[in-house]
Amino acid sequence: MSYIPHTQDDIQQMLSTIGVKSIDQLFKDIPVALRPKSFNLPASSSEFAVTQALSNLASKNATGLVNFVGAGFYDHFIPAAVDALANRSEFYTAYTPYQPECSQGWLQAIYEYQSIICELTGLDVSNASLYDGGTALFEGMMIALRQTGRNKIILDSGVNLIYRTMLYTYTSNLAIEFVEIPVEHGQSSRQELFKHLDDKTAAVIFQNPNFFGAVDDYSDVVEKVHNFGALAIASVYPVSLGMVKTPGEMGFDIATGEGQSLGIPLSFGGPYLGFMAVKNQLLRQMPGRIVGETVDSDGKRGFVLTLQTREQHIRREKATSNICSNEALCALRAAIFVALLGKDGLTELAQHNYQKAEFAKERLSKIKGVQVKRSSPTFNEFTVLLPVDADKLVQQMIAKGFACGFPLGRFYKGMDNYLLIAVTEKRTKAEINLFAECLEEMLCN
Amino acid sequence: MNIPKNLFYTKDHEWVRIEGNTAYVGITDYAAHALGDITFVELPKINEALKQASHCATVESVKAASDVYAPLSGKVLALNSQLAANPELINQSAYEKGYFFSMEFSNPAEKAALMDAPSYQKYVEGLSK
Repeated sequence: MSYIPHTQDDIQQMLSTIGVKSIDQLFKDIPVALRPKSFNLPASSSEFAVTQALSNLASKNATGLVNFVGAGFYDHFIPAAVDALANRSEFYTAYTPYQPECSQGWLQAIYEYQSIICELTGLDVSNASLYDGGTALFEGMMIALRQTGRNKIILDSGVNLIYRTMLYTYTSNLAIEFVEIPVEHGQSSRQELFKHLDDKTAAVIFQNPNFFGAVDDYSDVVEKVHNFGALAIASVYPVSLGMVKTPGEMGFDIATGEGQSLGIPLSFGGPYLGFMAVKNQLLRQMPGRIVGETVDSDGKRGFVLTLQTREQHIRREKATSNICSNEALCALRAAIFVALLGKDGLTELAQHNYQKAEFAKERLSKIKGVQVKRSSPTFNEFTVLLPVDADKLVQQMIAKGFACGFPLGRFYKGMDNYLLIAVTEKRTKAEINLFAECLEEMLCN
Repeated sequence: MNIPKNLFYTKDHEWVRIEGNTAYVGITDYAAHALGDITFVELPKINEALKQASHCATVESVKAASDVYAPLSGKVLALNSQLAANPELINQSAYEKGYFFSMEFSNPAEKAALMDAPSYQKYVEGLSK
């Protein structure tokens, strides 16, 4: 198959249809100075040469490091069955089905995914997925703004800075008043929050565990938020839900999050997976696609896209949201991953993460000059205070074969000596011990 | 086509029944028919101030979600609570059981912008040509 999109004849025909003589004339409104002089594309090469060039590029990735970096994206094991099933051509090649009801297999897979997200979050309804954790949180915030008709958002500064930046960027042309509340001793300051909470507040947004790894029970806060007629939104780490209280149990109205940890490999720029679940009464404000279960004319179980009338392709500029796509293939991977684990498996996975992180805390706290922050319970990620600059230490540890954590000074002022360390089920006792020994050696010299 | 003589109409297919200072508002039989089976209605809030020709409700059918515009300016008095559970009342009884809400209108002069039944009949006939 040739990948030439248009022949010269096609181009001539299109130009004459719109009454333009040449391509140059079509672009005459763009000043010559603004047109690209070159696309910097190299000359064509053989398949072998291209493969080699790309392999050389790929080998620059430091894939062999023992990974203790989290900060929103986690190094979890992906069972081979996830690839084997998700890469089946029936799934892998199918683009968004434009006649969705003809693709019953796809719809059932998305329906299963939605059911899993509802179970994980403890909320009533889920959509068919969104781009990533950040866009999902933004869409969650927009639900609250539409539902309440208010324009003030209280944002906990324990929410990932990437997400907070996304909220600000997306809404830079809207009249939204943001209040950021500080994190004290690893947890959200209740005092500051209640000072700002009022009847103009549309929503209060938390992350659990927060960026410092601290797990919190927000039930008390959620109740007060509801007393003011505002909504409570939580951005959550799905693997932690195997043992941490769910957003539903705490009374949250909206839960969103990054689904990468559910069977999606770490990669720079994704594709990742945004998930969202809400309480029933917010169903009609939820953006994106939703698959529903129904029966056909013979009474047999079947699946349909439902509540589409609020979407962009029908409602145009009045759509609930201008997000129109979903991450179906990533959602499928997440559904397979969770289904393989099952309920007990997910709990077990969460416990492995927790216990290994606790072991690492114990081991690291024995190093002279290293202070493990213990003011809050954590899941699989925690903060340590170092006697040196964390950013510099990270660079030095790479040479020893460790990606040793995320330097918090990159996101938080005055925290240059703080390091955020994640320990997933993949880290062995031997790796953790070796990591501690290397760190000890480095700090003693 | 059912176009009751005692009502007033807008070009967006809302109808108004005027009783003293109170106006009852709904969408016409023609609109309900064009939308198909109605599945959900989002009504304004009680006491909400409405402005003539501005968005006041959303009606959702299996085919589309459409905006409903306030035929007159004023304050919302009461909502038709039946519609939440039985939105099909709009298809079955657009002018009676399927009304949307009642409002106290503030500017009687705005009535001049509304059509009477014969004018609306003519308007709708013009649309189908």
